[in-house]
Amino acid sequence: MVIKMIQVNGKEFPWEEGLTVAELLKRKRYSYPKIIVKINGTLVEPEEYASTAVRDGDDVKAIHLLAGG
Amino acid sequence: MSIENKQSARRLLKEYAYSLGMIDKGYANRTLYIDLSGNTILEKPVTQEMKDKFTGGKGFGLKYLWDAVTPATKWNDPENEIVIANGPLCGITQYPGSGKSLVVTISPLTNMPVDSNVGGYFGPFLKFSGFDALELQGKADKDVIVFIDGNKGIVRIEEAPVDAADSHVLAEQLTEMFADSEEDKRNISVVSAGSAAEHAYIGLLNFSFYDVRRKAARLKQAGRGGIGTVFRDKKIKALVVKFVGVKGNLNHPADQGTVNRTGIKLHKEIHDLDDKQNRMRKIGTANIIEIMDEYDLLPTHNYKFGRHKDTYKINSYVFQDMVTQGMADGCWFGCSMSCAKAADNFLLKSGPYKGQKVVVDGPEYENAAALGSNIGVFDPQVVMELNFYCDTYALDTISFGTMTAFIMECYENGILNKERTGGLELNFGNAEAALELIHQISRGEGFGKIAGKGVRRMKEYFVKEYGADPAFLNDIGMEQKGLEFSEYMPKESLAQQGGYGLTNKGPQHDEAWLIFMDMVNNQIPTFEDKAEALHYFPMFRTWFGLNGLCKLPWNDITPAGNKYTSEPAKIPEHVQNYVDIFSAVTGKIIDKEELIRQSERVYNFQRLFNIRMGYGKRVHDKIPYRAMGPVTVEEYESRQERYDKQLQELLGYDPVGKSTEEKMKVMRAYREDQYEKLTDAVYKRRGWTPNGVPTLEKLKDLGMDLPEVVKVVENNL
Ligand code: SF4
Repeated sequence: MVIKMIQVNGKEFPWEEGLTVAELLKRKRYSYPKIIVKINGTLVEPEEYASTAVRDGDDVKAIHLLAGG
Repeated sequence: MSIENKQSARRLLKEYAYSLGMIDKGYANRTLYIDLSGNTILEKPVTQEMKDKFTGGKGFGLKYLWDAVTPATKWNDPENEIVIANGPLCGITQYPGSGKSLVVTISPLTNMPVDSNVGGYFGPFLKFSGFDALELQGKADKDVIVFIDGNKGIVRIEEAPVDAADSHVLAEQLTEMFADSEEDKRNISVVSAGSAAEHAYIGLLNFSFYDVRRKAARLKQAGRGGIGTVFRDKKIKALVVKFVGVKGNLNHPADQGTVNRTGIKLHKEIHDLDDKQNRMRKIGTANIIEIMDEYDLLPTHNYKFGRHKDTYKINSYVFQDMVTQGMADGCWFGCSMSCAKAADNFLLKSGPYKGQKVVVDGPEYENAAALGSNIGVFDPQVVMELNFYCDTYALDTISFGTMTAFIMECYENGILNKERTGGLELNFGNAEAALELIHQISRGEGFGKIAGKGVRRMKEYFVKEYGADPAFLNDIGMEQKGLEFSEYMPKESLAQQGGYGLTNKGPQHDEAWLIFMDMVNNQIPTFEDKAEALHYFPMFRTWFGLNGLCKLPWNDITPAGNKYTSEPAKIPEHVQNYVDIFSAVTGKIIDKEELIRQSERVYNFQRLFNIRMGYGKRVHDKIPYRAMGPVTVEEYESRQERYDKQLQELLGYDPVGKSTEEKMKVMRAYREDQYEKLTDAVYKRRGWTPNGVPTLEKLKDLGMDLPEVVKVVENNL
């Protein structure tokens, strides 16, 4: 079986049917509260994470706004 | 003791009267010089050239220090100075985070300049008393106190009237002694160091502010680089400043309206968004403990690992329950970010103050990591107790934690044993031994005497006395330039390795914190991208120290619209706020490019100061391998999947069938080479030679081609 891939922050990540933004953040263990998510350049608001699907081949950016101590 | 008795107990050594001045557009235009060897007190004018080239704060401090010392000066030579400076924006009360002092000295740990940024009221009160900086040179014969009365225009050097050695007692006693009434205590700020600063090289300075609700003197720390050690070596017991009449317009800004409007905008942002973002008002910087753990970045067991199963025991919610809530705590007036947290009635279980209930400031993230996970202690009570003792004894929590972690790894590897530590079983997680160690350091006794000298000196000692393998110690000893690393795991972020290594004072993250931009977000993939970040962020962050500002309100709160901007990591709206308030206070109109150039002037000056002292070149910018990758088999195998994958993807090296040792060797060669390439790119971007020396062209371009600076460049090309 060919594993389908998406890009997450410029690196490959396996995709599967039904993947949402919320699920993707969970799998990546991205728990930081200030994350900006964009799919193919379009911003996804936090309220829409659970309902927004990530599609095969999507380019996802999950930018953590943490510039540190 | 009655006030009269207290007054008569004070013995005057020197009194100096000065005329009160008025601050003009952020500057008092005058500094105070004190030589403790001869009890000389002088005023010095601040010239326009000084302001143009050095701006203020750390810039002024470094300039005075440069003029005071020679390349041969050691930290404990009388000519070494401690300079405390405020900066042109320091003391405004409208914009959060505007009350910081910057302290510089030649460090006992690094033998070159160190700088530390600290809250508390001393810096603003010093300015309102008429001075942009205070230089302390020479050494007193007996313990002294320097007292500045900013309303009467009097500076006094007095014999120290109190015996107390530790800061939580000293700050209280001196506040009481110099205040005329309870009401007057808010007008006093005390700078002191504790008993450990007399023995250890990692001594800090405590700056107080009086907390009117708790009725207690609270302490903020100038932690890094052993400034408290120099302070006690000069036999200064304390500095006390008194100023009555703080108001919002004492800086006489050129344009008060803009200062007010810009401040109100940020207050509103903090009010509306902090609870949803970083909870700074509830728990301060400790909010990131569990986040660091989640991303494998929380230093654990001397930076071997980035995560621990017990982190939940010391996460921010645990500390949130320990610190008193409902008291918005700011370390200067008008800071609505109010991250200065404290636990009240904390019962001490060890040491000379055992059984007493005290106020413990903190913990900040750094303290929780240094005194908790990094030494394998996951008991919040112990973290708080170590935090209290570090502060009152005047030990830098970061250096103490990192060096204790180093000791523990040495202990577990048989380099140390019970005999050598005088009975202390310093395994990871032994809280009792860690507490006993801190008490020994404060008394300058036993193994504490060796430990308090810091990681670099211990490495030398363990090799010489115990025949330890220097290569192993250099790999695991988390220090560079002599300063202990602060508490983030840089292994998986090349940019952060540069953020630690390619710095002026040593591996403290206040110049650049790029782990998320680099490792998680992958926003700076090429060497050039990383070099650009390692140019921009250190310069931007240097600017806080030139102006007497706190860094936290820049990026621990972000405006709602920040995500729509082209460079969200810079927080462009806040950068513009800084441009606006600098222009509004000083009347000198700048833009965001000039802001960076102001920093570049001082940053390059500091680099050349290091070079002048015999350090600060490429060889000094190397970092221990523990900061770059897995030193031991245990480390590699704990993250084997990650490392094997990297070998395959980045190097095309097939890990199958290879021993861990073989894979580690390949990995190490690769990572060390990456760091060298990064160094090349960063030096180029900063306008330095491949050996890390700022070029004459760069200095000319910045207007920093001062004759004494040019000479250093010419001697080192
Ligand atoms: S953000 Fe915290 S450390 Fe900074 S000035 Fe405000 S209270 Fe002090």
